[in-house]
Amino acid sequence: MEKIKSLSDLKKKREELQSNLKLREQGENIENAIVVKVAMATCGIASGAKQVMEVIINECNKRNIPAVVTQTGCMGYCYAEPTVEVTKPGEAPIVFGYITPLKAEELVTKYIAGNELLDGIIPVNYEKIDNK
Amino acid sequence: MSNYKYHILVCGGTGCVASQSPQIKASLEQKIAEHNLTNDVQVVTTGCFGFCEKGPIVKILPDNTFYTQVKPEDANEIINEHIIKGRKVTRLLYIDPKSSERKSDSKHMGFYQKQLRIALRNCGFINPENIDEYIARDGYAALAQVLETNDPQQTIDIIKKSGLRGRGGGGFPTGLKWEIASKNPADQKYMICNADEGDPGAFMDRSILEGDPHTVLEAMAIGGFCIGASKGLIYIRAEYPLAIRRLEIAIKQARELGLLGENILNSGFSFDIELYYGAGAFVCGEETAMIHSMEGNRGEPTFKPPFPAQEGYLKKPSNVNNVETFANIPVIILKGWEWFSSIGTKNSKGTKVFALAGQINNVGLIEVPMGITLREVIYEIGGGIKGGKKFKAVQTGGPSGGCLTEKFLDTPIDYDNLLAAGSMMGSGGMIVMDETSCMVSVAKFYLDFIVEESCGKCSPCRVGNKRLYELLDKITLGKGTIDDLNLLKNLSKVIKDTALCGLGQTSPNPVLSTIDNFWDEYLAHVVDHKCPAGQCKALKSYHIDPDNCIGCGVCARNCPVGAIKGEKKMPHEINQALCIKCGTCYEKCKFNAIFIK
Ligand SMILES: Cc1cc2nc3c(=O)[nH]c(=O)nc-3n(C[C@H](O)[C@H](O)[C@H](O)COP(=O)(O)O)c2cc1C
Repeated sequence: MEKIKSLSDLKKKREELQSNLKLREQGENIENAIVVKVAMATCGIASGAKQVMEVIINECNKRNIPAVVTQTGCMGYCYAEPTVEVTKPGEAPIVFGYITPLKAEELVTKYIAGNELLDGIIPVNYEKIDNK
Repeated sequence: MSNYKYHILVCGGTGCVASQSPQIKASLEQKIAEHNLTNDVQVVTTGCFGFCEKGPIVKILPDNTFYTQVKPEDANEIINEHIIKGRKVTRLLYIDPKSSERKSDSKHMGFYQKQLRIALRNCGFINPENIDEYIARDGYAALAQVLETNDPQQTIDIIKKSGLRGRGGGGFPTGLKWEIASKNPADQKYMICNADEGDPGAFMDRSILEGDPHTVLEAMAIGGFCIGASKGLIYIRAEYPLAIRRLEIAIKQARELGLLGENILNSGFSFDIELYYGAGAFVCGEETAMIHSMEGNRGEPTFKPPFPAQEGYLKKPSNVNNVETFANIPVIILKGWEWFSSIGTKNSKGTKVFALAGQINNVGLIEVPMGITLREVIYEIGGGIKGGKKFKAVQTGGPSGGCLTEKFLDTPIDYDNLLAAGSMMGSGGMIVMDETSCMVSVAKFYLDFIVEESCGKCSPCRVGNKRLYELLDKITLGKGTIDDLNLLKNLSKVIKDTALCGLGQTSPNPVLSTIDNFWDEYLAHVVDHKCPAGQCKALKSYHIDPDNCIGCGVCARNCPVGAIKGEKKMPHEINQALCIKCGTCYEKCKFNAIFIK
């Protein structure tokens, strides 16, 4: 193993390694994070939800956005898959439908990073179990 | 960069390992492989989460879900439901005892809400066997900073100003200790870590070493640089095999990266660490006895002065600190003494780790800011007394400490207040007792431990404690007199004044503090020959109330010694000569016909 020879070596190594723990650190402070849930039931996966999730994770990482991206079960909007739910701290969740991988990038740049809404928003009409 | 979408943290502390956490990890990994998720999900063994009562603990991130009492068979459901379908496995979530609601993350659990984790900051978060994870959490950055600044006195001043005091029991200011050792010139000095942890029921130090060994290594190197020591020694009891293994791995990894060894970070400073194994004797936690044991001599204390800082290991100036003391050092350097000294009370800064045990709902390892009250610890973090019983006392400071009663429940916990209340901080054992605990028996329990552990070098401790034990035994057998109580008090004072080391000087404390706080209970034993808590077997007898007994015979059938006789459907009787007072009949009787006198 290569030895660490200086403070700046150590800092460099730390920066390389920090991304491995980012997910854990953000998770510990989930109430301050933007929570993104990608619906990954059969209908979602069939319509490309896996790729959508990859795109969202990568785009958020690129921009250093403190977002926690997880998958969730069928949200009941099978006609609009892939669907993605975004919850900003202190705000009500918003569900976006028909999120193709291309649209996913737009979702990150416009809504998650900025605050612009996109087409294909589905009103939230279900109760989340997590809040119970 | 890793692309994991989920991290599953599995507790790898000794407690959870004993309840199958390695098998849980293996099952999770197997299920992950079966579903082709090895690139998406990482399973990590961490140190102790502290909530041992509900172990094994499994935590899932990033959605911060805290599963309790997980079994290897649950792996399938966790992967299928939580990871694949995004649905939490509700039945594994913690149930809040007050509201009966399921809580999905630790922030909403009473056990964690009042805690502040400094010494335990990485326990339950990183993989202790992976130095990379420690470095990612700013590991070794404090050492690098100290070496870069290259001014030992400046670092000593930071520790002094932080107000950090020793967590091993004595509470001596750590910065001052380092300063004294730094000023004694010598060709060789030693930085020693005391990981003997001999208090019955205590596991603070073990958990730190198991959960975050690098923090102790880093702090020892910092201390070594400050006092001018190139060698670090860790004295650890051989009964801690997991902690030893993790330390060995950590030392090896730190050496490979050049963070221990020759010329660390090109600073010219060299420092390496060796382990010394203790055989698990309480007295070997006392620093002079520990040093003799490390030298290969009998683990017996010697009179101070000379202090270790003057004449320690191999007669060279040595600095001894406790594991938890060390665990605070790197954070103080990175976050500043101002931050650290803003936590706690006037003369006790920072936090303290306690091993919470006894008749309390949430047994486990907790870290709380100094100044928190016993009431908060027992009722909010600890979840109150088991079985809805009444609180009676809390024992702190182990065999050197004392019992605190209800009137101290709202006293802020710190070094000075605990001493003033007749107990002490000690190393962090905290045993909660309910109304069914007999305080004479509690004192007897500690004296029994002391008699067993006294090294025998000085007579006050060797002979005196034995006599204290005999007196207490006599009282619990109902044969004590008022004179015995006076004798207990006098003898205690003599032992305190004349014993050679800290062990004997503090060993009568459990006796004195129970006499002070529970005088009536002692009197009941010697005057009325009764044990109010009903714990002393010799002082109680079981009887059958003929009016309530219907002669069902359940008691007679369950009595292990055949002491109960009677005709069918007629009141039974207990033969007192045969009865061993096990209480089985009392528990089995459905008609309230058995009573204790
Ligand atoms: C009987 C006895 C047992 C002790 N056991 C321990 C122990 O297990 N661990 C420990 O750190 N200190 C123990 N001490 C205190 C040590 O002598 C010493 O004060 C301490 O290790 C110094 O470290 P600190 O200043 O960081 O607390 C014990 C003291 C006595 C008198």
